[in-house]
Amino acid sequence: MEGNVAVLSRGFSGFRRPQPPREIPEGQYYETGFPVLTYGPTERVSQSDWKFTIDLGEGGFKSWTWDDLMAMPQTDIHTDIHCVTKWSMLDSDWKGVDLDVFFEQAGLGENIAGDYLMIRSFGGYTTNLPVADVRGGKAYIVHEFGGEPITQEHGGPVRMIVPHLYFWKSAKWVESIRFMDEDAPGFWEANGYHMYGDPWKEQRYWGD
Amino acid sequence: MESITVETYRVKTFRLLLPLWQPFRPGMHYDVRLTAPDGYQAQRSYSIATGPETRNVVDLTVETIEGGEVSPYFHDIVEVGDQVEVRGPIGGPFTWDGSMGGPLLLIGGGSGIVPLMSMLRHRNSTACLVPTLLLYSSRSPGNVIYSDELDALSAAGNGFEVEHTFTRKIPDGWNGFARRVDVEMISEVSDRLGIIGRAFICGPEGFVETAANALVNAGIASERIRTERFGPIGTR
Ligand SMILES: Cc1cc2nc3c(=O)[nH]c(=O)nc-3n(C[C@H](O)[C@H](O)[C@H](O)COP(=O)(O)OP(=O)(O)OC[C@H]3O[C@@H](n4cnc5c(N)ncnc54)[C@H](O)[C@@H]3O)c2cc1C
Repeated sequence: MEGNVAVLSRGFSGFRRPQPPREIPEGQYYETGFPVLTYGPTERVSQSDWKFTIDLGEGGFKSWTWDDLMAMPQTDIHTDIHCVTKWSMLDSDWKGVDLDVFFEQAGLGENIAGDYLMIRSFGGYTTNLPVADVRGGKAYIVHEFGGEPITQEHGGPVRMIVPHLYFWKSAKWVESIRFMDEDAPGFWEANGYHMYGDPWKEQRYWGD
Repeated sequence: MESITVETYRVKTFRLLLPLWQPFRPGMHYDVRLTAPDGYQAQRSYSIATGPETRNVVDLTVETIEGGEVSPYFHDIVEVGDQVEVRGPIGGPFTWDGSMGGPLLLIGGGSGIVPLMSMLRHRNSTACLVPTLLLYSSRSPGNVIYSDELDALSAAGNGFEVEHTFTRKIPDGWNGFARRVDVEMISEVSDRLGIIGRAFICGPEGFVETAANALVNAGIASERIRTERFGPIGTR
């Protein structure tokens, strides 16, 4: 916004409806609900249709079904979520599987081909991430929110969460991962949104 | 702030004179940032109501949300001549211009009409003849935003029709829709349009969800449907 020199808004004090229990990133407000944001209709994916695939390159793939997901070691995740449309949801609870476990089961270990990845969802949504941002307990494939199955509007039956980045990086109805040598824009990134999206640096749009 | 126009008792249009007006696609929005003396800031998004053919200024049409932080500030405090910090234009998927063709189905709930109005104004000022139907849900006739302009546009006989539905107060002698948007209503209006090339749905969350699901059930491919959700709580 024109550098960082703020224009004072005459007569605006701001009352920060409900006060957040701790600091949230600049430009965000504390939301006690869970707004839905999708650029199109809600995708209808059933548990039996859901399948998650990692493209291993050179024609190799590894896939997991809903039952496979259930059989994997589960993690409870307690985290804050920051959406680029300005709301922040604090202390949300999710249950799912650390992406590292998928990489391990795919036999990838440390030798991942490429520094970036493209996440794809049922319905065609895509978003790009650096590999380093999904390793070491930073990204999860989740199926429960607040102790309940994730509803379809919120990306159920299975979505991804990458809580340290703006929430558009957390793909709903997650379907696959493909590795890339170079960074390439996903859906929102091609539409003016930041390639990385760190809420604490307010990386909302191109040029931030 | 160049001018402020009352649209309904809950909605006003704010015309901003921009130092650097930029071309945009109908459906895009601006981010507004308010700053308090202690440095506290609040940001919200507001769709552009004007078409891209209207230069140098943009209109933002804001519905006041009771208990809200930003929309009541616009309604109760902002005056002509005030400075407002904005950033934009922003957006991509929820945009339409004449080159994308149609037929075009627009479904708006309450202030969800705003980005659709930008599309309609663009369509009109470019003399575009893409068959277009607007299904517009309001609480009552008194809550219809841009009412006169919509009447004039549909009277022009250039392939644009508007269909209202009222959810709270139904005028005497009204023989149009008088309920919340539902599957039957959507299939009735989509049949009227025949083929649906593009559909844009905007309004409160529940409204958008219902309308989008109805279109999917009616066999419209998801890729043709674009949605924008304005608020967590349905106001209709
Ligand atoms: C891309 C985009 C475009 C938008 N364009 C427009 C526009 O053209 N015109 C317009 O009026 N608004 C528009 N909005 C909504 C707008 O950004 C604000 O969310 C809205 O003005 C409420 O802000 P507030 O600060 O007044 O209320 P807040 O302080 O944010 O909220 C106060 C309370 O009202 C609830 N609430 C928030 N929004 C709504 C709503 N829409 N209906 C009912 N309850 C709500 C909140 O959950 C909260 O409980 C748009 C939103 C998006 C994401």
